[in-house]
Amino acid sequence: MNRDDRKPRKPPGISRRSFIKGAGAVAAAAGLVRVRPAAADEKTLPAGVVEKLGPEATTIELNINGKPATLEIEPRVTLLSAIREHLGLTGTKLACDRGACGACTVHLDGKPVTSCMVLAIDARGHQITTIEGLGTPSNMHPVQAAFVETDALQCGFCTPGMVMSVAAALERNPAATTDEIKHATAGNICRCGTYPHVFAAALRAVKPGPAGSARAVRAAKDA
Amino acid sequence: MSRRVTLNLGFEGNTRDVTVVIPDDEPTPWQWGERLSVVGKPTARVDGPLKATGAAHYTYDIELPGMLYGAILRSPWPHARIRNIDLSAAEHLAGVRAVLALEDREIRFAGQEVAAVAAISSDLADDALKLIKVDYQTMRFVVNMDRAMGDSAPRVFGSGSNVGRTSTSSVGDVPRGLQVAANTIEATYTTPVQTHVCLETHGAVASFNAAGDRLTVWCSTQGVFSVRDDLAVYFSLPPDNVRVVCEFLGGGFGSKFGATPEIIVAARLARAAGVPVKVMLPRGDEHRSTGNRPNSEQRVKLGVDRDGKLTAIDLVQRGSGGIGGGAGSAAPFKSVYRCTNIRTEERDIYTNAGPASPMRAPGWPQGCFALELAMDEMARKAGIDRLEFRRRNTDNPVRAAEYEIGARAFGWTEKTSSPKSSGALKRGVGVASAEWHAVGVSGPEAQVIAHRDGSVEVRVGTQDIGTGTRTILAIVAAEELGLPVDRVKSEIGDTRFLFSVPSGGSLSAPSNTPAVRQAAAHLKDKLFRIAAPILGAEPGDLEAADGSIRVRTNPSRSLAFADVCKRIPGDSISAQGERVPNYQGFRTDQAGCQFAEVEVDTETGIVRVTHVVAVHDAGRIIDPLTARSQVNGGILMGIGFALFEDRRMDPQLGIMVNPTMDDYKLPGPLDVPQIDVTFFEVANGITNTGVMGLGEVAHVASAAAVACAVYDAIGVPVRSLPITPDRVLAALGRA
Repeated sequence: MNRDDRKPRKPPGISRRSFIKGAGAVAAAAGLVRVRPAAADEKTLPAGVVEKLGPEATTIELNINGKPATLEIEPRVTLLSAIREHLGLTGTKLACDRGACGACTVHLDGKPVTSCMVLAIDARGHQITTIEGLGTPSNMHPVQAAFVETDALQCGFCTPGMVMSVAAALERNPAATTDEIKHATAGNICRCGTYPHVFAAALRAVKPGPAGSARAVRAAKDA
Repeated sequence: MSRRVTLNLGFEGNTRDVTVVIPDDEPTPWQWGERLSVVGKPTARVDGPLKATGAAHYTYDIELPGMLYGAILRSPWPHARIRNIDLSAAEHLAGVRAVLALEDREIRFAGQEVAAVAAISSDLADDALKLIKVDYQTMRFVVNMDRAMGDSAPRVFGSGSNVGRTSTSSVGDVPRGLQVAANTIEATYTTPVQTHVCLETHGAVASFNAAGDRLTVWCSTQGVFSVRDDLAVYFSLPPDNVRVVCEFLGGGFGSKFGATPEIIVAARLARAAGVPVKVMLPRGDEHRSTGNRPNSEQRVKLGVDRDGKLTAIDLVQRGSGGIGGGAGSAAPFKSVYRCTNIRTEERDIYTNAGPASPMRAPGWPQGCFALELAMDEMARKAGIDRLEFRRRNTDNPVRAAEYEIGARAFGWTEKTSSPKSSGALKRGVGVASAEWHAVGVSGPEAQVIAHRDGSVEVRVGTQDIGTGTRTILAIVAAEELGLPVDRVKSEIGDTRFLFSVPSGGSLSAPSNTPAVRQAAAHLKDKLFRIAAPILGAEPGDLEAADGSIRVRTNPSRSLAFADVCKRIPGDSISAQGERVPNYQGFRTDQAGCQFAEVEVDTETGIVRVTHVVAVHDAGRIIDPLTARSQVNGGILMGIGFALFEDRRMDPQLGIMVNPTMDDYKLPGPLDVPQIDVTFFEVANGITNTGVMGLGEVAHVASAAAVACAVYDAIGVPVRSLPITPDRVLAALGRA
């Protein structure tokens, strides 16, 4: 681009997002040099070992929905892109591309994460669950079934991420209150404004057991 | 060939007989008190399981063999002329298959399309964009509406004025109405630019055949047929050679009509590369370039007499839809309240910003906000209860009835008579009126098919913007055929089906359901002819109910619907129906009202909406469950408009400073109040189903009700949206 650099008005050219996607850009093709962080999984990279990756594609293994998958990807590829473009699991959506809307939420070892903010190479050694791993149209997870019964979806584009956030919250606390569900889904944006029915769905997705029964009573009172 | 039928129409306690002339083959419109089996019962969305499991395929999810990924280079400058575009470096990047420079050399907003590439991955396509060298001659620009009106302001369109279309209307004598008024008020209200923020951005996957004369496009659109027609013109192809598909659509809100630039770019890249190409816009481009609700500045004058009746309504308004028009907001001033003297003036102002596009009830939320807050300022001055003031100025019996239902559900009298807290946290309540006219249009045709296995299929070339179109079409067909809803499958979103209108203007439900009902009635006649000889009756003596086809006067002489289908010659039997023009029914307008309660922290300026009561009429409600979802959504989008959303332009750079989903603030789960929705059933007899659209009317009054509640809470009107903490503190003199 033939922009005049002396002009003070030059629009910003780098974003947090492009920085995260990092190396691999044509203009400055540099690899990633990684040192195992303290909390990393021993299996993927032993302590003190320096791993040099990219910029060219590299072979990695991910555990998705309980099955191992081998991928040939550039280190800059996000977990979201790996899931969608390389593994063809398109239930997980991209909407904001910077961790602000929750549409790309998946579970990493049971915890909800925004997969657009995680590099695929950093997901090695973790158990990844996507919306497809939760249930299927003919065999829905209780949270998915509750979403359908309460009409907790409209256009449906935020729905997979919303379902993943609610499922993780109920996994943490099967007797979650509406307030806890509001906080658990606070990072999920729905432009159709379908939140009230999402809260109703969460209350309906009762797990068996004493805590769940208490919630069922509350749900019945709310209805 | 037509017949006259007398219909009992209206609403609870207010019905009358209306005689209408309808075509012979048209089912008699459903009347007041009609006993229906599946219509009006809560039905889970038929495509819910696909959406809840991620199995629904949106445009964004389409993958074709050999498909490339396209990306669009956009101008970083708000106003420039392109001297030269050098594509060579991008063309030579490995993995790039097509590069094009777009023809428009005049740049009028930052974000305008300049060039495009197609490559084997989306990352590579982005890389290639960085290699395109554009030589821009930058020019003076203006993004501020006030500055744009100045004599020395840079001109957005060459030498022409930045003041675009002006439209005026006048009934009665406004100066006289203000002169005779016992009380008058005058104030100016402003609203920000709101962007649609569809979760699925605009985009398309395009594929040409080898000969280059047949084009198939999957795109995220509110109108498969309007996209088809635009593409046929653009590529000089017969419309039949263009197929447009949209099975699922991740939001539109008015921004996805027709072949928008990225759809055309995808098709051009596909033609150039000789393989399918997918273009999905990044979030920033979606904010900047795909449309918005224009801002507004509205100077309002009202006059009332001693009885609290309006004597004058005067509006002088201007708004900027960037390089687009359509910023008017006068409509509510002309029709929501009764007044004999009304004058309005609307003016479009051009600025160097992305073009406006229709957004959920275009013009109404901003107009309603100004009108309703002005009504409250007047009520306070005249010393009248705000609800009573509105009662006195409406002559719509539907709205009058809805006010009472809403006031009871909300507890208006108790809430307005309790004293205000002396603490920092102030509660306030507000009420605002809605209006819309979603009677639908003729044109759509539907096909209903019965298969030998007893299943039924509905096919219409409409699309589902998220309202549950598949579901209500299945319900209507099931009702006519006497079947449970799960026996009917709806197929939509493909120009291979019969024609339908775009899903916008609240058109889908009232335009498509009558066509489906007529088609189902025609199919039923064909099935009756099969069943009649077996039942030993005339076809005209049969009815379809409870999953059977039976003799009306002797229901024990009956055949299961599935058994009749087994006798279909061939695999299936099908029938068509058309949406005939509207009849002179009960009323063609919709009223509706919303009550809001807010809590304002007068120390921080933070506003929280705690409770909303909505009362809406939409003719006959087909599915209360999905209808409720639409109303919830209308209210929440209104809360966003009232409190959070604001497209901010940098006056120095001429760019949008918050084109993300974190800096552009949207309502989230923590902003959701208690919402109570009541549907006020009206039998309107305008079509055979009497259905009206709901998407827009549910959004019209929401922001206004919140703004009125804030005024009640703090005793000072905040006349600019969004009502941010700094504006609240400024209004309180604490900023």
